[in-house]
Amino acid sequence: MGLLNKLITAVRGGAREVGENIVDANAIRIYQQEIEDARKNLGRAKRDLTQVMAKEMQTAREIRRLQEEITKYEAHAISALNKGNEALAEEVAQQIATLEQELSVQTNARSQFTSHIERLKALMKKTEATIREHERELAMVRTTESVQKATRSISNNYGAGASKLLDAKSSLDRIKARQRNLDDRMAAADALESDSGMGSLDEKLKAAGIGDKNSARSDVMARLRQKAMA
Amino acid sequence: MSNLYQRLETVAQLSEESRGGLDYELQPIPSETEVVQVNIKDKEELPIFVTASDTQLLCICYLWGEDEIKAEQRPLLYEAMLEANIPMPLSSFAKIDDKYAIFGALALTSSAEDLALELSTLSDNAIDAIDAMSDFLK
Repeated sequence: MGLLNKLITAVRGGAREVGENIVDANAIRIYQQEIEDARKNLGRAKRDLTQVMAKEMQTAREIRRLQEEITKYEAHAISALNKGNEALAEEVAQQIATLEQELSVQTNARSQFTSHIERLKALMKKTEATIREHERELAMVRTTESVQKATRSISNNYGAGASKLLDAKSSLDRIKARQRNLDDRMAAADALESDSGMGSLDEKLKAAGIGDKNSARSDVMARLRQKAMA
Repeated sequence: MSNLYQRLETVAQLSEESRGGLDYELQPIPSETEVVQVNIKDKEELPIFVTASDTQLLCICYLWGEDEIKAEQRPLLYEAMLEANIPMPLSSFAKIDDKYAIFGALALTSSAEDLALELSTLSDNAIDAIDAMSDFLK
């Protein structure tokens, strides 16, 4: 059974008494321990991976070196044969055989390292998934508990206090009525402003270029002109 | 004062614009876990309760109780709630004990502006939701 299912069952079952928790503290500790262990495993796997990858790279370099050596000695052996030096060619052939044996050992080692790398990467993916899953589950448990505790406190608080949560429709009606009231007052204020005539007369004067501002400016200009003439 | 309360105080003191023009009044609720009741001016009937778990902040607004639903309309109400769930910005419907609620969850690292947007959206959604579902309620 998934954790979510367990939580729903626990909540429905009424694990709501004060002090009673949805999931016991021990289970939470086990989860936390599992997450911690998984993190340690992940760290170890990462270190192992680094080492194995280094070894794999070394082996790959060695394989390239051996292949180059073999190519080189093969060319030498052919030259010896062309010159009719059969004995020297035999000696070179022996050297090539030794190199090929070494190449086979290294190739084998490399394929082992490669599969080890694949195993480690798969293990890391699995561990990461485990950590993610446990953390998600732990968050679910913790959140459920927080909500349960908060709900208890809220209903206790409302039970004790004078204030009371209203039913939904009454709440909505009150909020809407208040909003309408506010809208009405604003509309009334607007109407008053334009009806009083003051607002509109000032606007007309301003539009006609007459008014406080204009007369102030013309006064200043007149004063300036006088000063300029003096 | 608690950490959660302080965070909400910061929200209440944001610029008018960041608060969406809403005025908040905060009221801590005595509890073994942190709970703060956020009252919004002119919408006091639908307070928002904010609580924190160790992974997220939860903002919850209670809508109606089990006993407010018209029994024969219940399946229709559920369908309407599910249909409204995705279009409703930032909030989702929930049921806690015998009460229906809408809630929003935020990362603990959310900014005061994020929290302000959450609260104002949740409040508007709550009013819209009750309005939209009122046919199914007594």
